[in-house]
Amino acid sequence: MSKRNVVGSNVHKVDGHKLVTGAPAFTDDIEMPGMLHGKILPSPHAHARIARIDTRKAKALAGVHAVLTYQDVPRVPHTTAGQAWPEPSPYDTYLLDSKVRFVGDRVAAVAAESRAIAERALRLIEVDYEVLPAVIDMEQAMAPGAPVIHDEPDSTKIHDPSHNIAGYILREIGSVEEGFRESDYVVEREFRTHRQQHTPLEPHITICWLDPNGRLVIRTSSQVPYHTRRQVAMILQIPVSHIHVIKPRIGGGFGGKQEMLLEDICGALTLASRRPVKMEYTREEEFYMARSRHPQILRLKMGAKADGTLLANQMTVLATTGAYGSHANTVQGNTGSKVLPLYRTPHMRFECHVVYTNMPVAGAFRGYGCPQGFFAQESLVDEIAAQLGIDPVEFHLKNTIRLGDIDRLSAQLGEGKEGLPRVIRSCGLQDCIRRGAEAIGWAKKRQTHKCPSPHLKRGVGMSCSMQGSGIAGVDWASAFLKMNEDGSFYLQVGASDVGGGADTVLSQIAAESLGVTLDKIIITSGDTDITPFDVGAYASSTTIISGGAVKKAAEKVRAQVLSLASKMLETPVEKLECGSNEVFTVCECRKSVTMTDIALQAMYKEKLQIMDGASHFNTDSPPPFCATFAEVEVDTETGQVKVLHVATAVDPGTAVNPMQSEGQVEGAVTQGMGYALTEELLLDGAGRPLNPNFMDYKIFSAKDMPKLTTILVETDEPLGPFGAKSISEVPINGPAPAIANAIYDAVGVRIRKLPIRPEDVLLALRDKERERREEGVAK
Amino acid sequence: MKTMELRVTVNGQPRQWTIAPGDLLLDVLRREGLFGVKRGCEKGECGSCTVLVNGRALNSCLMFAAKVEGCEVLTIEGLADGDALDPIQKAFLDHGAAQCGFCTPGMILAAKALLDRNPHPSEAEVREAMAGVLCRCTGYLKPVEAVLAAAGESSKRAARKRRPAEAVR
Repeated sequence: MSKRNVVGSNVHKVDGHKLVTGAPAFTDDIEMPGMLHGKILPSPHAHARIARIDTRKAKALAGVHAVLTYQDVPRVPHTTAGQAWPEPSPYDTYLLDSKVRFVGDRVAAVAAESRAIAERALRLIEVDYEVLPAVIDMEQAMAPGAPVIHDEPDSTKIHDPSHNIAGYILREIGSVEEGFRESDYVVEREFRTHRQQHTPLEPHITICWLDPNGRLVIRTSSQVPYHTRRQVAMILQIPVSHIHVIKPRIGGGFGGKQEMLLEDICGALTLASRRPVKMEYTREEEFYMARSRHPQILRLKMGAKADGTLLANQMTVLATTGAYGSHANTVQGNTGSKVLPLYRTPHMRFECHVVYTNMPVAGAFRGYGCPQGFFAQESLVDEIAAQLGIDPVEFHLKNTIRLGDIDRLSAQLGEGKEGLPRVIRSCGLQDCIRRGAEAIGWAKKRQTHKCPSPHLKRGVGMSCSMQGSGIAGVDWASAFLKMNEDGSFYLQVGASDVGGGADTVLSQIAAESLGVTLDKIIITSGDTDITPFDVGAYASSTTIISGGAVKKAAEKVRAQVLSLASKMLETPVEKLECGSNEVFTVCECRKSVTMTDIALQAMYKEKLQIMDGASHFNTDSPPPFCATFAEVEVDTETGQVKVLHVATAVDPGTAVNPMQSEGQVEGAVTQGMGYALTEELLLDGAGRPLNPNFMDYKIFSAKDMPKLTTILVETDEPLGPFGAKSISEVPINGPAPAIANAIYDAVGVRIRKLPIRPEDVLLALRDKERERREEGVAK
Repeated sequence: MKTMELRVTVNGQPRQWTIAPGDLLLDVLRREGLFGVKRGCEKGECGSCTVLVNGRALNSCLMFAAKVEGCEVLTIEGLADGDALDPIQKAFLDHGAAQCGFCTPGMILAAKALLDRNPHPSEAEVREAMAGVLCRCTGYLKPVEAVLAAAGESSKRAARKRRPAEAVR
């Protein structure tokens, strides 16, 4: 491997300067002349038909320019999930409908000259609702006689609408029954996970206007500009060519913006008013009108030999997608396909029902089904290891997937269709486990539990996880490069930097391939008029897929540069190298020509624009691996769990920018701790949100944080650009099971429901104490 | 609609703005093109709209603009000295402390208020001062490291400035 100059360096973010100086970079940081404010009238009912709706008073209010109800817009069944066409999610959503299916569902929309007028107009819309019985409990959704949420005839791709089943999955490899028969120890447990919200600091926001040619411009905080363009075209029934989607700087997405959420209604209001319209969710609306993580009930059954060899792994999942099936099948498919294959188990079975309920809509969320699955699996594995008297570190080293293995479950569980078998071509998991254990002080802490006081007990726990790097055979991206006359290069990518630093990583890959310094790469990303296609920022795909496209395009452009330099230096191409913003000979004569001179020669002598583009996809999705170790302190009097230290060791392939990679891990771990301990969007019995604000929905602040240790265990992935895989998702899977296992280590109780609240721990401790006493009495 | 005149110093420049009595400082600052003041919750919960008013870090979404009459307001736009970044801004770049960048102005200003009154804070003091600015990207480690590094840097610079004076003495 030759020495690298830019890839592998902790360069500053290419867009860092504008962020630390507060330059106007985000969607909301423009002021359009004549811009209106759009607002949505949210449904107050979980399930109702609109019997009558009268907008005359709202329309008559001074300053109101448009009021839309289902009577005013085309009825086109679609999904809001920002996925490659044809989307594997059900087409069960309408721009506006005569039925509402959750508290917060769209009833009407207005555009007015100020937010205050828009809000006043909403109050003037008269609606008579025929309130319907609602399905709030997911365990009741499939019951005979349950209210049918999607009874409309025109929705498609719903597995069984009459039983509220959005999607169903059943896959088996080998025979779990046989596996259980061969096992010495079989255990089955139920786990429950909850509704977590992304809470990007920048809520969803879209500004639409008509350009001088009458095309609809959509400036939007989106992870998926190209999917959004296609979906809005379909919904508003205008040609794709009449839409221009611009993704400015994004204030965090985490999957919540892999969704066409405000763009369609904002576009409709713009078309109706012929004025620029801005729509932004308030923080409260963001909590329940945007998306959340799918709540699941998981039954997991595993069988092992006495020596700890795992033989069979069966996962049965009931999940709810809320009122609409955004990402319903694919998130839940990942709960099986990315979780079960962590172990080299010969027998695996995954069965899942995804049901509709009259609840806020779930969607893509960092980890994409895996945090739920790994919480269950890694908790159960810890229990099995304890039962068999095997140290969890040893248990993981013995059973986890390794280099050269073939993951066959992925082949059966592709996203929305048959997938492709996954071959493990790089795997640093064993090193991750060893180095993470060392960082947390595993060997010592598992033996001697330090108790600072009689009621404060400490323990350590661990978990392992993996993810993917792009969707095999589905995700693809393209990139375009052109040379400027000062020897710099303009890089155009469809990829969407959501905040994780994709613009920087892609620029680093281009600079490395072209032998130029990073300042010679000027990147534009995510603009459907300017940049070539990219599926968008999801499925941990950007570094490997978009980066692959950038590398290919850069290699083509490099060939053009070398060809011209060869003429200028009168040296064959084979004897030339690019580096330090010049092309030089590798023979002893040491001639060179600068990139600037090459560009000037090309443009003004040869009449040639040096430029090229490339497309890229992979037929495999190399997994990044992660081992998470947590140390906790449990207060046995209050049930309070305090995390003291989380050590996370991750194999991302090559870390293109190690500092950014660490940042991805630290952010994911923090969201994962919130998932484990504090974050839950609560609803009352009527489906109304109880805590849609940051005071009552608690995310970690700077003060709440434990010590974080991040270890990058780099490997060289053959399918990735410069050996890179991905990193942003996988570390979110670890904290919940590692913390639950640490709690067991500390106080001997298993918590199988998230989030782990003090009252749950306290109750479990009391139950344990009672059992102990009863056992004493029985003896 | 009733209006009133607001006289305020913003980023070192005297300003006179016509506002409505109920206008929030957040809205007025953004209306005047200071887009570095971010709207994250409008309830004083997230801290994205943090500005310094007479050196104190405050949520501009909770404050009537009329309240800053005669005050000095500092937003992120006023922190750098021309092209020269403030040491906290530079440390944020060096430490990879900005990810999506939406909370970054609030974080940097909260840190600025701290370092101005306590140039050598402990890590716990940095975390306390930044607890009012929520971040969903970083896990706070790199921002806290950046602020501690900036504090070290500013004390070094102060030491450099002091040295000639000591030589004279």
